[in-house]
Amino acid sequence: MSAEHYLPHTAEDISRMLERCGAKSLEDLYNDVPEALRLKAPYNLGSGVSEPELIRWFDAIAAQNKTMKCFAGAGFYHHYTPAAIQSIMSRSEFLTAYTPYQPEISQGTLQYIFEYQSLMSNLTGLDVCNASMYDGTTATAEAVLMAVNASRRRNRVLVSATLAPAVAQVIGTYAAGAGITVEMIAEDNGMTSRAVLEETITAGDVAAVVVASPNYYGILEDYTGFAGICHAHKALFIINSHASALGFIKSPGEWDADIACGEAQSLGMPLNYGGPYLGYLCCTKALMRKLPGRIVGATTDAAGRRSFVLTLQAREQHIRRQKATSNICSNQGIMTLHASMYLSLMGAKGIRKVNELSAEAAHSLANGLCATGKVRMKYPEAPFLNEFAIAVDEPLTADSVLEKLAAHDILGGVRLTENSLLVAATEMCSPADIKEYVELVKGM
Amino acid sequence: MNKELYSPLIFELSREGRKGYSLPDYKYDDGDIVIPDILKRAEAPELPQVDELTVVRHYTNSSNNNFGVDTGFYPLGSCTMKYNPKVNESMVALSGIASLHPMQPVSTVQGALRVYRNLEKALCEIGGMAEFTLNPFAGAHGEYTGLMIIRQYHLSRADEARRRVIVPDSAHGTNPASAAMAGFDVVEVKSMPDGTVDVEDLCSKLDDTIAAVMMTNPNTVGMFEKNIPQIAEAVHSAGALMYYDGANLNPMLGIARPGDMGFDVMHINLHKTFSTPHGGGGPGAGPVGVRPGLEKFLPNPRVVEREDGSLDIDFGTDAFGRVSGWLGNFSVLVKSLAYIMTLGAEGLAKVGPLATLNANYIMHSLSDLYMQPISGPCKHEFVFDGLRNKSTGVTTLNIAKALLDHGFHAPTIYFPLLFHESLMIEPTETESPETLDAFIKVMREIAEDAISNPDKIKNAPYTTPISHPDEDEAALTPVLTYAELCKKQI
Repeated sequence: MSAEHYLPHTAEDISRMLERCGAKSLEDLYNDVPEALRLKAPYNLGSGVSEPELIRWFDAIAAQNKTMKCFAGAGFYHHYTPAAIQSIMSRSEFLTAYTPYQPEISQGTLQYIFEYQSLMSNLTGLDVCNASMYDGTTATAEAVLMAVNASRRRNRVLVSATLAPAVAQVIGTYAAGAGITVEMIAEDNGMTSRAVLEETITAGDVAAVVVASPNYYGILEDYTGFAGICHAHKALFIINSHASALGFIKSPGEWDADIACGEAQSLGMPLNYGGPYLGYLCCTKALMRKLPGRIVGATTDAAGRRSFVLTLQAREQHIRRQKATSNICSNQGIMTLHASMYLSLMGAKGIRKVNELSAEAAHSLANGLCATGKVRMKYPEAPFLNEFAIAVDEPLTADSVLEKLAAHDILGGVRLTENSLLVAATEMCSPADIKEYVELVKGM
Repeated sequence: MNKELYSPLIFELSREGRKGYSLPDYKYDDGDIVIPDILKRAEAPELPQVDELTVVRHYTNSSNNNFGVDTGFYPLGSCTMKYNPKVNESMVALSGIASLHPMQPVSTVQGALRVYRNLEKALCEIGGMAEFTLNPFAGAHGEYTGLMIIRQYHLSRADEARRRVIVPDSAHGTNPASAAMAGFDVVEVKSMPDGTVDVEDLCSKLDDTIAAVMMTNPNTVGMFEKNIPQIAEAVHSAGALMYYDGANLNPMLGIARPGDMGFDVMHINLHKTFSTPHGGGGPGAGPVGVRPGLEKFLPNPRVVEREDGSLDIDFGTDAFGRVSGWLGNFSVLVKSLAYIMTLGAEGLAKVGPLATLNANYIMHSLSDLYMQPISGPCKHEFVFDGLRNKSTGVTTLNIAKALLDHGFHAPTIYFPLLFHESLMIEPTETESPETLDAFIKVMREIAEDAISNPDKIKNAPYTTPISHPDEDEAALTPVLTYAELCKKQI
């Protein structure tokens, strides 16, 4: 087997084509590659396999993974994927297209991106949205770079300690490359310390303040006054959220944020062991020309027909090279179609219901777990949506709880510390699943 | 197609009271939500209210206004638009792969980690590298990652003056943009008339402030940089590292490995060379490989093999940092591994030569009518500098648009920047000679029409859903959302 089904050339084809090229052999076409650089032996990769053999191998691989009832979150949630989405996503007119540089034959892609920008702008309450960033971590890191770029000379960025550690780490990496100083705003009982923010920001030179809603612990923080503090010091206010929550909780626009960013996986995207997901990045109109990445705009064609095109490309790497707002080229592309379809199918009522079911499931689970006496809420006073932190009392540990649940095919959450963990619920958790979880903890 | 009925935006299809979702009516014990109103949205977001069929029909019809590799020939230079095998999509959909949460205990994801590890090893073999990270999400993200590895390498040696990166003037825009994001200043090096790097100019720019030289090989005009051993030697003796942009790796399959050419760090675009679909702009994947000695600088998290053969996740202390939420675009990795397994050593070795044959075949079939600025056999792609006959006024843009009427995607145009009328063609190995002949025929007709009836070409396309969109207006007064579109009544 060597993949003739993907390689159409017959021996006759090859000799006819070589003749046209004035070459005697395929080898002739490489006579400019020095002998010393040539591959000395075939790749050590084994022989090609047929389709049935390939499927058999991947079936066996899939069987080495465990599909579990999911109570884990930490920014990635097991929400329902409406069947219609996968059906449309697999259409090869969308899937096998390139970036829509030729608008005449790319209106399909351009239109769904335009819809995505509109839907996300409505969801976040901000004016404009790009399409797209890789994931929630890089979207937030690029939001920070964008804010520093917009501020001209300001070089400090304040990041709340209640952001997910992965997001904070990626911000730290990007900032190091760009020579930006990142300082943590300490947390106070699971929430961003307003006092520390006020104190730190007065030292000046702050380009942006980054907070999360819900935060890493699942807590909904009250950001009343935060935008005011930021703007009084000429800093931009950035809110990181997972997108689904914005159908229910106060939006970044309502908090008067300048930039909204984060992970859109929670819009029903399959968990896929970490990707592909979708980073979103929205901002006020004032910052529009500082946005990284692709943006689609509406216009008309020569016959007056509504048309969509890639626009404001003077920000991008293929035009501006080292002066571009970002190096991003390939992005998450078709995942914006997923988001558009999800938000269209759900509508405001559907996404509200997803959040209500998830929050009710989480509150039911939290109450049930506390009633066992084996665990406590880590932040008992803090309001939460669909995720919460629990403290585990001795002799139990976070790991022992997760292990015992895993033995029953339950992914019980994400380890936070040795004796605390994060637990999330969604509409995919039935009341019976929650009872099972609680009963298992009761028996520990 | 009934445009009035099917082509409006999804917002225009919305009717109060319609719904497209189906969710359970679960009643949870003791599940009252305790959230103060100040933390809730005051107003519902403006999202469409549409039934499921309306949504499905809307997107199905809009997909008919698109062009993909499955629709027709896509000779887009530097993009390697090869066939995306269907079976690979099925592997991703297996529930034992699609349902995995990234935070699952490693004991429950050994299969997924095996996919990661096997792909990593295969890429090491193909690239001639010691180790890869598969975390970067795209080619440019890989470049950024690679440059941060190089930055960390120099910092680890207290060689802090190396703040500049050399990039050829023919490079993709992502190269200088990635260097800038990683905090480097960009030094441009000239190209020779044959499109290869000017070695003398390059060597004159090497000193102890240079961190790395970024190159592709073959380069963006499809020429093999045959001086690469001398370049690598000069760069290394100046204390800098060699970075390989894997955008043009396809013609090297079965021929030569970047590691053997002297490159220290490289990325691979899995969505190019390893056949995963481009998805209208993504998701891709941009794994980064390093030569021995640089492994410890790779970003976290890492997939590591334990002594008992099991796989684990590790966070190393020497890593330059972290560039992703988890282990990259995992399902893209699954598809690439499936592709590599299907082709095997023998199949992969045919890819490069056949891609190169296809490119040379087109070049030789058209160079009497199109200006070929660089002679000699090309590799996977080549560049024409517009039509040979410059008197017609027909531009590269006109040619690109005229092709759209004939069931072909346009080549890459006005890149590289070395020529005024660049028309960059990359056919890939999965195209049959019949497809290439049909393309050649149309390209020849366009060249002839350019002389006999230039306006016919200048006014193309005629058969596409739209023609000549006003891009200047789009940029001048940007309309980026439905709300703005309503105001402007487009």
